[in-house]
Amino acid sequence: MAGAAPDSGTSAETTYRSARVPLLLPTWLVIGIFLILPVALMAVYSFLTKEMRGGVIWEFSLAAYDQFFINRGLFGDEPPSLEWTYISVFGRSIAQAATATTLCLLIGFPTAWFIATRPPATRGVWLFLITVPYWVNLLIRTVSLRFLIRENGPLNDALLGTGLISEPLAMINTNFAVQLGLFYSYLPFMVLPIYAAVERYNFTLSEAAADLYASRWVILREIVLPIVKPGIIAGCLLVFIPSMGAFLAPNLLGGAKNFMIGSLIEEQFKRSLGNWPFGAAVSMILMSLVLILLMLYARSMAKTEAR
Amino acid sequence: MTRLITTTSALCLLAGAAQAEGTLSVYHWFEYIPQELVDKFTAETGIAVTIDTYDSNEAMLASLKAGRLGQYDVAVPADFMVEIMAETGMLDTFTAEEMPNLPNIAPQWLDVPFDPGRTSSIPYQWGSTSFAVNRDVYAGDISSLGVIFDPPEELRGKINVLDSQNEVLILGSLYLGIPQCSTDRDQLRALSDMLVAAKQHWASFGSDTAKDVMVSGDAAAGMIYNGFSAKARAEGANVEYSYPTEGHVLWMDNVVLLKDAPNRANAIAFMNFLLEPENAAAVTNYAAYTSGVSGVESFLDEAIRTSPENNPPAGAAPGAFAQVCDEETQKLYDAIWINLKK
Repeated sequence: MAGAAPDSGTSAETTYRSARVPLLLPTWLVIGIFLILPVALMAVYSFLTKEMRGGVIWEFSLAAYDQFFINRGLFGDEPPSLEWTYISVFGRSIAQAATATTLCLLIGFPTAWFIATRPPATRGVWLFLITVPYWVNLLIRTVSLRFLIRENGPLNDALLGTGLISEPLAMINTNFAVQLGLFYSYLPFMVLPIYAAVERYNFTLSEAAADLYASRWVILREIVLPIVKPGIIAGCLLVFIPSMGAFLAPNLLGGAKNFMIGSLIEEQFKRSLGNWPFGAAVSMILMSLVLILLMLYARSMAKTEAR
Repeated sequence: MTRLITTTSALCLLAGAAQAEGTLSVYHWFEYIPQELVDKFTAETGIAVTIDTYDSNEAMLASLKAGRLGQYDVAVPADFMVEIMAETGMLDTFTAEEMPNLPNIAPQWLDVPFDPGRTSSIPYQWGSTSFAVNRDVYAGDISSLGVIFDPPEELRGKINVLDSQNEVLILGSLYLGIPQCSTDRDQLRALSDMLVAAKQHWASFGSDTAKDVMVSGDAAAGMIYNGFSAKARAEGANVEYSYPTEGHVLWMDNVVLLKDAPNRANAIAFMNFLLEPENAAAVTNYAAYTSGVSGVESFLDEAIRTSPENNPPAGAAPGAFAQVCDEETQKLYDAIWINLKK
């Protein structure tokens, strides 16, 4: 018996080794064609010379990164200093994404908890209801939100009707509208992973802690949160990352008054500016930021597992 | 049964004709050609038409640059974009013999600076860009661009501005009396400062929403194309379009013959078809702009023909076409725009 086990293991290993290349091929093709190739193209373009009104000239240039980080004044002859324009665009986008993530977490966690603690027979219905809005295209949902919150829209009409306010609230084209749009768009991405984590939570642990005189707060902090933490982190990433690149909500609900990372990149390719290398460079910088975030996540997950 | 057979064979014949005459690939603005007119062209010539759409001149240029040139037969760039595309070698030329309806072009649009003598483009529609005001909100004087750039109390925070660098910077320059493509530092700084100061009174930037925000009341005033303003009025908004004393932006969209067009002969047939006054008028009745073809008047809807948006009052200041700046100058205007929207 002791000798048989390694034998069978070896044979399985041999079987798979000979088939390794054909088995891995589909994965490598998908990753290569849809991930590595486009990203590599973007990286290369960000180091090329811009052609006026779109396109690139195949000459190495650092102009795109220079434009991002170095300020030489409107006419390009002032002493170089740090360029704040694009950093502030990133700052605004990150702050917006962070707020949206916090709001989603505050509402999403209790929602997920509520669903996970329903009897198994009705959980499906609640989950189903969470996904229903996703049958409609994001653009259409965002435009509908516009109709709801405009000055003479139904929300203001209802509030005026109840007498809570005497003047219509100015909601459209404000930061509030953008936050509302992001929150509404990405809430399910927070609810679903947390639900998956809470559903696996063993509630007898809470009972055991209560028997040992732990308060509700201590139970939540010391027992529940550490166990469902992976779900919370996954939810936060799933909301934070798309919020950072979002431009539908800022453009349609916020009035497009300021660039977001997403609209700044779009402008380089589709609009008058036509600066492909700069658009590629901004995309590379955004991707590096997201990658750092994901690496931090991976590290914190490794730590959790080691514990 | 007999009828079914007849219909089927008619359809087969039609399909056969379409097969024989081939196809035409049009790259066009969104919502800019009535489907009935496309059907009429197919019925007359047997050429099957496919249309892809874009929402800005620059998006069209980018897409053609990214490898789509050679897939389309015709596109519909604005005046300055015709010049850019001609300079980049994206346009093919035709001869006067190939285009029998060329003399139908209205005389003032025949020899235009962006295509002297009309060898690769024909007029599609032209119009103006300035601003419109909701008269229920503001009854005062709207003869100055100051309504947008230094708005009266009633309109502050209720203004929509086109999300288009060209239009905003040119109208701003007209307001300050600065020439286009200026490299004068003081003038450019003044333009930048004026725009940044005006922005605090603006509610939103939006081009394709420019009409909707006026109709819904989200905006009480807005930079707008004259056809959009006419449509907003037709949809019930009490808006008045202004021809400001400082001037306005003029533009003309043109159908161009693209280089390496897969169906060159069909493209020329289509352009020739669009130069028939009746067909040009059909586009005008749909889009509410103005045609560049002579003899369309009798085919126009009364409301379009006499609309205040299409008929500047006597003595209105002349409009200006967008100029193409050289690269160094364009950089300065790009920087002003980024600074405005940062």
